[in-house]
Amino acid sequence: MYNYNDFDRAFLAERNAQFRAQVERRIDGSLTEEEFRPLRLMNGVYLQLHAYMLRVCIPYGTLNPDQMRRLAHVAETWDKGYGHFTTRQNIQFNWPKLKDIPDILDSLGEVGIHAIQTSGNTIRNTTADHFAGAAADEIEDPRPVAELIRQWSTDHPEFQFLPRKFKIAITGSPNDRAVTRAHDIGLRMIRNARGEPGFEVLVGGGLGRTPMLGAVIRDFLPKADLLPYLEAIVSTYNVMGRRDNKYKARIKITVFENGIDTFKAAVEDRFAETRAQFSGVDQQILQGIEAQFAPPAFRNAPVDAYDTAYAADPVFRAWADTNLHPHRVEGYAIVTVSLKAHGATPGDASAEQMRLLADLAERHGHGELRISHEQNVILPHVHRADLPQIHAELQAAGLATANVGLVSDIIACPGMDYCALATARSIPVAQEIATHFDALGLEQEIGRLKIKISGCINACGHHHVGHIGILGLDRAGVENYQITLGGDGTETAAIGERAGPGFAYDQVVPAIERLLRAYLAERAGPEEAFIDAYRRLGPAPFKAALYPEEARDAA
Amino acid sequence: MSRRFTPKVVTANDLLEGDVIYLTADDRWSRHHHEAELIEDEAHAQLRLLFAESQRDRVVGAYLADAKAGPRGPEPTHFREAFRTRGPSNYPHGKQEAQHV
Repeated sequence: MYNYNDFDRAFLAERNAQFRAQVERRIDGSLTEEEFRPLRLMNGVYLQLHAYMLRVCIPYGTLNPDQMRRLAHVAETWDKGYGHFTTRQNIQFNWPKLKDIPDILDSLGEVGIHAIQTSGNTIRNTTADHFAGAAADEIEDPRPVAELIRQWSTDHPEFQFLPRKFKIAITGSPNDRAVTRAHDIGLRMIRNARGEPGFEVLVGGGLGRTPMLGAVIRDFLPKADLLPYLEAIVSTYNVMGRRDNKYKARIKITVFENGIDTFKAAVEDRFAETRAQFSGVDQQILQGIEAQFAPPAFRNAPVDAYDTAYAADPVFRAWADTNLHPHRVEGYAIVTVSLKAHGATPGDASAEQMRLLADLAERHGHGELRISHEQNVILPHVHRADLPQIHAELQAAGLATANVGLVSDIIACPGMDYCALATARSIPVAQEIATHFDALGLEQEIGRLKIKISGCINACGHHHVGHIGILGLDRAGVENYQITLGGDGTETAAIGERAGPGFAYDQVVPAIERLLRAYLAERAGPEEAFIDAYRRLGPAPFKAALYPEEARDAA
Repeated sequence: MSRRFTPKVVTANDLLEGDVIYLTADDRWSRHHHEAELIEDEAHAQLRLLFAESQRDRVVGAYLADAKAGPRGPEPTHFREAFRTRGPSNYPHGKQEAQHV
């Protein structure tokens, strides 16, 4: 993975020193909150309901063990002993004191992590496939390009005051695990007829109050043209995007109001200029980055230990069946460590758990860790012979829950337990769904299912692309939850449709149970997942299960 | 016809710690909702809010929140404000943990 050079270290140290001085001036009263707010946001510092929050960038979801240990150190030293991994592959600390934040940033800077542009109307962390560099279905590791984008977009002088925030996602695999169609720009690595690498470029996707799927603006962009093309898109948006109305300021509205053809023509005009300005130095830098992402020295060893444990231990077998994914190298597996123990807060890890994950990555995982947008931790390169040992250590730390991709593997935003923007809670809804279906013993029976919960219309919990989406709202001073059905965040992306009237807080779990019992009754067989049954049958039987009284009245 | 004014408290976050605070009748900032001044007059509410906003080296994000009289003092009427008096529901953190100051 990428290691900071002298330039990066000096840049970050200077930036942190600037912010330290800004914090001092805020505390002594020489900066007002209005003056300070944009400065703190550019450095990842929010003010939430109960405390400040620091959002730290995990570039394209990649961490090394030292960085993970440093996150644990921050959690223990300046916070409450845990961190929250988010749907944008970042980590949030919920309880820092304002005066401590400069020390936290200096500490993180020592291991090459920062919080720059984790907020504000700038280009945010580029998210990537969490199986990047390991997946069997991958064309190319997208992370070197994601790192190039990080370097290009960080402190980019033209793009510090965009009309609104700007999010890019990239995948190197045809199976889209990075939700590229729900981003301002989605990049999909492909090869053209001559076998040359490039990108399908999508623009104008996004969730929030007006969910839209991105449209193709270029069906094949040569790899070397990426930065000038991105610069053309963002600078066109910077000029054409609306600044009169916050709710119409995202690029999805710019594309929607102007039409993709008009927007594309403007981008192509601008691209003619930007392309001429790029001298090729970006490609030299990319080569240097690519060298740092060279694959690890995979080992060739027997997998007998795995086979023996798989045959003998049903707990290990259940975990292996749900939490492993095919690796591109024979004998290896990708391990997803669930941060969704039944009843736990989705995405939270204690400092102890972070340290164990760092140790496991170091001993058995070629020193690599990933954070998924689904709020789990990935050990991308594990030899199968090591899996029984890893499983045993995860078990001892409460990290061996065998539920990846199942009903309790829920994405949930922090909701009104932390977030100042939230209109209702999300975390306890996720906790109760997970414990309820675990108690019923139905989790394995229900099979593959993605439930995603947001505590407000901004949709950090990606509810629109959940097979079942849950949106918490404030209805006349009471928490109320809308359910959407049929969403999908993958290469077959779809925005879920609202099923009907919302449910009171204590009626959400019973509603989800009725819905899933209807699915079990209606499905063609255990192989037909909820989303497939929904696509085959349409919404009617599921709405009837959600609203039995209306179904009875209509009969 | 203007809407009837509903009672309010002035609330904000502490500049240094971020913790939720409430303006009292004797111009202190309390960590406890029930110690807040319950404001029943709209003009007085605006004056108290201006007073709060002027303390820029002490508080962040002051605003008026709906409240009602209770046996121990003012109580929140909206669930968001009730959460702010306690802390998150997934851990015993925040005011429910500390009960400090």
